[in-house]
Amino acid sequence: MCLAIPALVVELLPADMARIDLDGMRKEVSLSLVDDVAVGDYVIVHVGYALQKLDPEEAAQTLALFAELARQP
Amino acid sequence: MRYVDEFRDPVLAQNLSASIALEAGAGFGYRFMEFCGGHTHALSRYGVLGMLPSNVQMIHGPGCPVCVLPIGRIDFAIRLALEHDVILCSYGDCLRVPASDGLSLLKARAQGADVRMVYSALDACKIAADNPQSQVVFFAIGFETTTPPTASIIKQAHAAGLKNFSVLCNHVLTLPAMEAILNQPGGVPLDGFVGPAHVSTVIGSAPYQLVAQRYRKPVVIAGFEPLDMLQAILMLLRQVNTGRAEVENEFTRAVTPQGNRKAQALVNEVFEVRDAFEWRGLGSLPWSGLKLRAEFAQYDAEARYPEMHFVSVPDHKACECGAILRGEKRPQECKIFGTVCTPDNPIGACMVSSEGACAAHYTYGRYRDVMQEGS
Repeated sequence: MCLAIPALVVELLPADMARIDLDGMRKEVSLSLVDDVAVGDYVIVHVGYALQKLDPEEAAQTLALFAELARQP
Repeated sequence: MRYVDEFRDPVLAQNLSASIALEAGAGFGYRFMEFCGGHTHALSRYGVLGMLPSNVQMIHGPGCPVCVLPIGRIDFAIRLALEHDVILCSYGDCLRVPASDGLSLLKARAQGADVRMVYSALDACKIAADNPQSQVVFFAIGFETTTPPTASIIKQAHAAGLKNFSVLCNHVLTLPAMEAILNQPGGVPLDGFVGPAHVSTVIGSAPYQLVAQRYRKPVVIAGFEPLDMLQAILMLLRQVNTGRAEVENEFTRAVTPQGNRKAQALVNEVFEVRDAFEWRGLGSLPWSGLKLRAEFAQYDAEARYPEMHFVSVPDHKACECGAILRGEKRPQECKIFGTVCTPDNPIGACMVSSEGACAAHYTYGRYRDVMQEGS
C-alpha cells in the first residue's frame, strides 16, 4: 500500500485534486490533506491522497550528508 | 527519477555499508526492528540485508497492515458481502488473504459476492454515489497513513448526504504496537527501531519519544530508498555505541517533528480510540485501534449492521505469521514457508501482501538462503 516513490505534481485540478506524474504514469490524487501545493512540487502519495510535500532543501542536505560519508576513508 | 535515483547510488551504498561494518566492529550483535512493512520490502528488494555485517540483524516488525488484520475481521467483511448483499470495496492487498471456511474476499466474489477492488478510498465513495440502490461498505484498513483518507471520504459522504455508504473500520495505531512488541513477555530483545516513513509524515517524529524515553530504545525514522535505510542503520549503531536512546530523523525531506496537523485534525474529528482491538500475532491490545465517533455512526458499518459481530478466529495451525509479526521467527523458520505456503497459494497473511515479511523473503531473499547453505 506504500507507494514509496515521490510524485511530481503536473497540474492542479478542481475540487482539491491534482494530476501527478510517476515516471511517466499519470494519475489523479487528492490534495485535501496538504496545503500550499503548486505545480512542480513533489508529494508523498498514499492510497490516492498526497500526505506530505517533499522539502527540496532537506533532501539536498541528506544527499550532502551521504556524499560527505563517501569521502571518508 | 528525481528523489529516487540519487537515493539508490550504488557507490554511496558501498561506502555506507563499509561505515556500518566499521561501526559494528567485531563486537556483540545488534538487533534492530524495521517496524514498517514498506521497509521490510525495501530491505529485501534492494539487497540491503546482504550489505550488513553478520552481527547486525534486522528483525521484521508488525507494520504491514494486511498482515496484522486478524482472520475474524476479514470474515466480517465476507459475511457482509455474502449475507447482506452489500458492494464491498477493499484495497487490493486484502483480497487474497485466507479467511475462514476456505474463503477469501476474492473467493467470496467467485461465489457471487459483489467485491470490488479500489485503489483509493475516493473510489469507494464514488461507487456509492453511482449505485444509490445498493449499500456500499468500504473495508478500511491500515495505520496512520490510510486513516486520513478514510476520514476524508466519511466527511465527503456526509457532505454529499450519501445514505448508502458506510465504513468497516480496522484502522490501527503504530505506537501501541511498538509498545506491545517491547512489553511481550520473553519477547525478542531489540537494540532499536527503524521508524516508519509514511506513518511518520502524518504523526511526526515527536510521538516516538515515548519509545526512546520510557523504553530506552533508539528510533531512527527512515525513508524507503536503500541509502535511507543504510544511513538509518548507521545512525542506530552510533546511538547504541555511544549509549544514547534518542529519536532521530533521517527522512527530514518529508517528516517534521509535528507531522501533518491537517490530517491529524481530520482524523480526530471523525475517529476515536477503541478500548481494544485484536491484532494478528499480538492479540487484543488496549487503545490500539480506531472507531468512528458517535456523530458519524450512520457511516459505521458495525453500527449499521448490529446483528454482526467480530468473532475471533485462530490462525492456521501450521502458520507462523503470529511469531513472525512479533519478530520471534524469521519467514524461513516456518515449516510451510515456500512449500505449502507461497504467494500463489498463501496460507498466512504475511505471504499475501508485498509488504509481508514472508512475501518479501520469498520474492527476493530465498535464493540467498540456498547460497549460504551451499557455501
